[in-house]
Amino acid sequence: MMEAYAFYPLALLTIVAALVVVSRKNPVHSVLALVICFIGVAAIYIVLHAEFLAAVQILVYAGGIVVLYLFVVMLVSLRQGETAKTARHRLPAIILAVMLFAELIVVFVRATPSAAQPSPVMTGSATQALGRVLLVEYLLPFEIASLLLLVAMIGAIVLAKKRV
Amino acid sequence: MVPLNHYLLLGAALFFIGVLGVLTRRNILIIFMSIELILNGVNITLVAFSRHLANFSGQIFALFVITVAVAEAAVGLGILIALFRNKDTIFIDDVDILKG
Repeated sequence: MMEAYAFYPLALLTIVAALVVVSRKNPVHSVLALVICFIGVAAIYIVLHAEFLAAVQILVYAGGIVVLYLFVVMLVSLRQGETAKTARHRLPAIILAVMLFAELIVVFVRATPSAAQPSPVMTGSATQALGRVLLVEYLLPFEIASLLLLVAMIGAIVLAKKRV
Repeated sequence: MVPLNHYLLLGAALFFIGVLGVLTRRNILIIFMSIELILNGVNITLVAFSRHLANFSGQIFALFVITVAVAEAAVGLGILIALFRNKDTIFIDDVDILKG
């Protein structure tokens, strides 16, 4: 019962914040709504008993990525608005997106998941168990992910250098 | 107890809003933010299934999705800075030099 009381307001908050992100003209407003959206998603991770992911979500998304976006918003000038050319593409784009959403709804509503209940393993020290799975079963992908981060870091530095 | 379907619908809603942003907006910054929304929607789906099936693999996948999202944001914003320096615009309608 507690889960439902936490979930529905958080879901509403997340969806409203996401709508604000894609609808504001001023990118600064979008970034601020994005913070709220990320925090809502982190709270939903907590509702789902994924505490470690919630912490990562706050640290990496709300802390790191959003600051990066804010810096870039301030670096690039925002004088001109969106051009009139965009209005022509808007209606087909919305129709396409709504069709995709309707399809997802049909799939997710009609899906009848098996009645698997969360086992007691998930409610214990979830972070400890998660770390064990990550560093034993998924060790190679973990190392590859760190390599990917290194490459991305070097790439970002090279791309943003004065003369490319 | 919230049924699994509602978590999946929340993920689908975030995904839909992200797709809407990518398709309708012409500001590269907002398109990047919409991509982050899409990835968050996918993550909610993964974590919901992870909880439902009592299997940690879903959470691990979500962690890797976050990793890739961070790499994408760093490189993408680097490209955006380079684009703005060279063409003085962040609107994708103005970036059409590959058009014949």
